[in-house]
Amino acid sequence: MCLGIPGKIVRLWDDQGTRMADVDFGGAVKDVCLAYLPEAGLGHYTIVHAGFGLTLLDEESAVETLAMFRELGMLEDELGIPSASGAVPA
Amino acid sequence: MKYLDEFADPVLAGRLIEQIKARATRQWTLMEVCGGQTHSIIRNGIDILLRGAVEFIHGPGCPVCVTPLEMIDRSLEIAARPEVIFCSFGDMLRVPGSGRDLFQVKAAGGDVRVVYSPLDAVRIAAENPGREVVFFGVGFETTAPANAMAVVAARQRGLRNFSMLVSHVRVPPAITAVMESPRCRVEGFLAAGHVCTVMGTDEYGPLVERFGVPIVVTGFEPLDLLEGVRQTVELLEAGTPALRNAYPRAVSAAGNPAAQHVLADVFEVCDRKWRGIGDIPASGWRLADAWADLDASRRFAVDDLVVEESPDCRAGDVLQGHLKPSQCPAFGTLCTPRTPLGATMVSSEGACAAYYAFRRLEVPASA
Ligand code: SF4
Repeated sequence: MCLGIPGKIVRLWDDQGTRMADVDFGGAVKDVCLAYLPEAGLGHYTIVHAGFGLTLLDEESAVETLAMFRELGMLEDELGIPSASGAVPA
Repeated sequence: MKYLDEFADPVLAGRLIEQIKARATRQWTLMEVCGGQTHSIIRNGIDILLRGAVEFIHGPGCPVCVTPLEMIDRSLEIAARPEVIFCSFGDMLRVPGSGRDLFQVKAAGGDVRVVYSPLDAVRIAAENPGREVVFFGVGFETTAPANAMAVVAARQRGLRNFSMLVSHVRVPPAITAVMESPRCRVEGFLAAGHVCTVMGTDEYGPLVERFGVPIVVTGFEPLDLLEGVRQTVELLEAGTPALRNAYPRAVSAAGNPAAQHVLADVFEVCDRKWRGIGDIPASGWRLADAWADLDASRRFAVDDLVVEESPDCRAGDVLQGHLKPSQCPAFGTLCTPRTPLGATMVSSEGACAAYYAFRRLEVPASA
């Protein structure tokens, strides 16, 4: 649960004074809080953990990292996409 | 070599492996602190490819694994109450408490919900004013800022039905505990990259000085890990322990000041018990006094629970690097991901789970 997943900021919005964004993780789009990244803008890549952007990074590293996490099956945990009823490695 | 072909860039990986092997005059013992790194190492066979040059010891860097049993039992007590909606990250649900886990509480009718962000729990509290909404706040420095902000948001919105069961842990005191153990064999550390996105690398300098070990901040991808190992071996061979950042594209020396600021406001450092390891001074965060009204363990009076660990589980030894998971007598027999005895078999970042998932049953000769 401790990994951060990189994604691309595709929309910015405001939730009662808190800066929020839609972030695209290679297809899955999630709300992300940008309170800790005042410098983040549209099109930037950020490492997201527990729904918060924590740091910016460049596109190339973001895409590479995302591909690896997908391959490792780590996206499910981090993005909260529910797994099939408590699925565990067989 | 079977493993090498599986790297995203096998040529570069091969070159790094060659460099590490050429430089190592003996086998060095490195600890990767983070469970995500453990998985990447085992999954990609990096431990096998580097055998002879490096032995990996798997560190305590999995928040799900180290959350103390008392805290799990508190979560179960609270989650079982009819007035409570209990929110948690998904991987806490199968962590065994003394008798059951959160999934079982849910199956028995408890309202346990998996959220992806603590802000989801705040939203649920706003939507359910007649219920008590409790969020299970676990995690290292990476997760703590999100949870801190949820507490701030709940208060800003005037929610009286939101509280948090806080069990945060901090990495530098864990490194200190590992180094101070009389059985410590660790000669260098690969520090967890994402923890450092928040705290920066500055906290690690004093540890390098105090213990004379190199610490290299490292990412999670196989090539990042190999580069981290290369730099660590370089420092060890040169006999010049130092702090290096091998993950500069995500980590800076100062970290994220906005996140640190909120952390310092909402949390205060406390001693914390680590599951399987015991008390580590100054290794945790709890809500600071000004936020105590949002502390679920006080609100639900579950502070004094006394608990017992499974006597068959050796997770404490695994988490401190004294034992490889496959050396635990229960591994793969009494203890599997479906019938876990310890949290290290449950968590997707746990070392026992990594060994199980990737069928790593053999024991390296040197361990
Ligand atoms: S294999 Fe199971 S019983 Fe053994 S240390 Fe790991 S979690 Fe505990």
